[in-house]
Amino acid sequence: MNRIGYVFLYICLGIVAVFQIFPIIWLFLFSLKSNQEIFAGSPFALPKEWLWENYAKVWEGGIGLYFFNSVWITALAIIFTALLASMATFAITRMQWKLDKFVLGLFMVGLMIPIHSAIIPLFNMFLSVNLIDNPWSIVLTYTAYNLPITMMILLGFYYTLPREIEEAAIIDGCSVHRMFFRIILPMTAPVLSTIVIINMIYNWNEFVFVNTFISSDEYKTLTVGIQNFIGQYMTDWGAIGATLIISLLPILAAFIFFSNKVVEGISSSAVKG
Amino acid sequence: MNKVMSNKWIIALYVLPALLLIGVLIFIPLILSGYYGLMEWNGIGEMEFIGLENYIAAIQDLKFWDSALHSALLAIFSTLSLVVYLAISMILASKIKGADLLRKIYLIPMLLSSVAIAQLWIKVFNPANGMLNRILMAIGFENPPAWLANPDIVLYAIFIPILWQYAGFYILIYYAALKNVPETIIEAARIDGASPLQIAYRIKLPLIKGVVKVTVVLAIVGSLKYFDLIYVMTGGGPNGASEVMASYMYKLAFSTNDFGYGSAIGFLLLIITLIVTVIVRKLTADKDEIQY
Repeated sequence: MNRIGYVFLYICLGIVAVFQIFPIIWLFLFSLKSNQEIFAGSPFALPKEWLWENYAKVWEGGIGLYFFNSVWITALAIIFTALLASMATFAITRMQWKLDKFVLGLFMVGLMIPIHSAIIPLFNMFLSVNLIDNPWSIVLTYTAYNLPITMMILLGFYYTLPREIEEAAIIDGCSVHRMFFRIILPMTAPVLSTIVIINMIYNWNEFVFVNTFISSDEYKTLTVGIQNFIGQYMTDWGAIGATLIISLLPILAAFIFFSNKVVEGISSSAVKG
Repeated sequence: MNKVMSNKWIIALYVLPALLLIGVLIFIPLILSGYYGLMEWNGIGEMEFIGLENYIAAIQDLKFWDSALHSALLAIFSTLSLVVYLAISMILASKIKGADLLRKIYLIPMLLSSVAIAQLWIKVFNPANGMLNRILMAIGFENPPAWLANPDIVLYAIFIPILWQYAGFYILIYYAALKNVPETIIEAARIDGASPLQIAYRIKLPLIKGVVKVTVVLAIVGSLKYFDLIYVMTGGGPNGASEVMASYMYKLAFSTNDFGYGSAIGFLLLIITLIVTVIVRKLTADKDEIQY
């Protein structure tokens, strides 16, 4: 192709890149500005004075608690999901029983369900067992709703494991549990890291379950917490910007360190559906 | 070997925890949703059985059909935007420099929470100080619109961040599929004198048809159940102008405490989603799938 063609293509791709990234850069810039500067200056300008105080202000204002809740709820749900999904996938793909295809089908049906159709009954069920306004309702829900997609990513990997591993282990007198936890599970480490990232993105950003099941401030996660927070700083755009940037940082950091895993996870979770 | 690997107790121990969780937290609630739909119920007091009244009311409810229309419009826009994403992926996959970096930049919005995206775009759309109107005024527009307050525009304004959020996701999927097209086929076509456009349309597109179909299903079904961003940005307003099916259901249950009616709408949402999934899969299925 000629040079003009290439320049034109790069301009098109560049415009898309700017469109995708600029709102986030703008957000970062105004998180460091004063209201005066945001409202009077150019949206493209760098801050005259870099007001890192905006960050200190919102952190001291209580966002730290929401952040901590997000961390432990996200982490716990990821551990449960990865463990339960690995065990179920192991039994479905590696062990011999009649209903394996049917049970796998049940998990895969879970992929098509609009979660909003289940939320009123879920609310009522948690209410009747006193789990409303209790973070365990969130951990359990995240675990259950992430199982189907997690198992789908695991399936391909488990199908390709060689049978000889199990045969050798059993001849050596290894129990199934020992074989699973000591041999198979460690072998799935590459795909497990993909799963951790995909689950992290989902759990860290989840909104509707927390918004519905949790009412006390002390249990709210960052996504729902920032909603209140923004109400509190209604007109202070710098503080709002700082709050939002804080909520993005962990995911952006994970993406920068593990971007290939994220890319793998997203493409494998989507295309095989 | 076979004896150990088919031990029923061990299989149950490994499968049941996960199966119980999805049974109790996904399947039972879905069934209950249909059942609650048969009740007159405010969420706290006694349920009263009223038969199909809620479902009949839903079918006659203009607000429900408006929200369904908005969901359908979102599905149409999302599907049309796939053409743009596909074109971008075709360019990215044609071995240009920096493709990897660009693809990662495109993906970043996908990583953000809907609440953060919503708050960010509320600020972008702010009539007086938002980025969009500041830019429009700078290039000469006298009276740029109040994007989220104008009932004629709000629905389309809100589609922009939704398409923004998912662009990188679809580009990534297409890119991954295009990378799997064997180089030899493209090389052969090039030697036969095919232009880049012909190669894209006649060779690459048919070879990734399966993936394109999956994305069509994802875009349509995803649009039908879309909720978070609209709920945070406009709450379905002004005056229902940006209401979609899921936000209407949520409002009925958790704002107006009409849990019976809300459940009926939720169950209809499930039925509609499942029917549309089956129809779209049937329409896009074909037997002479190209193998390579």
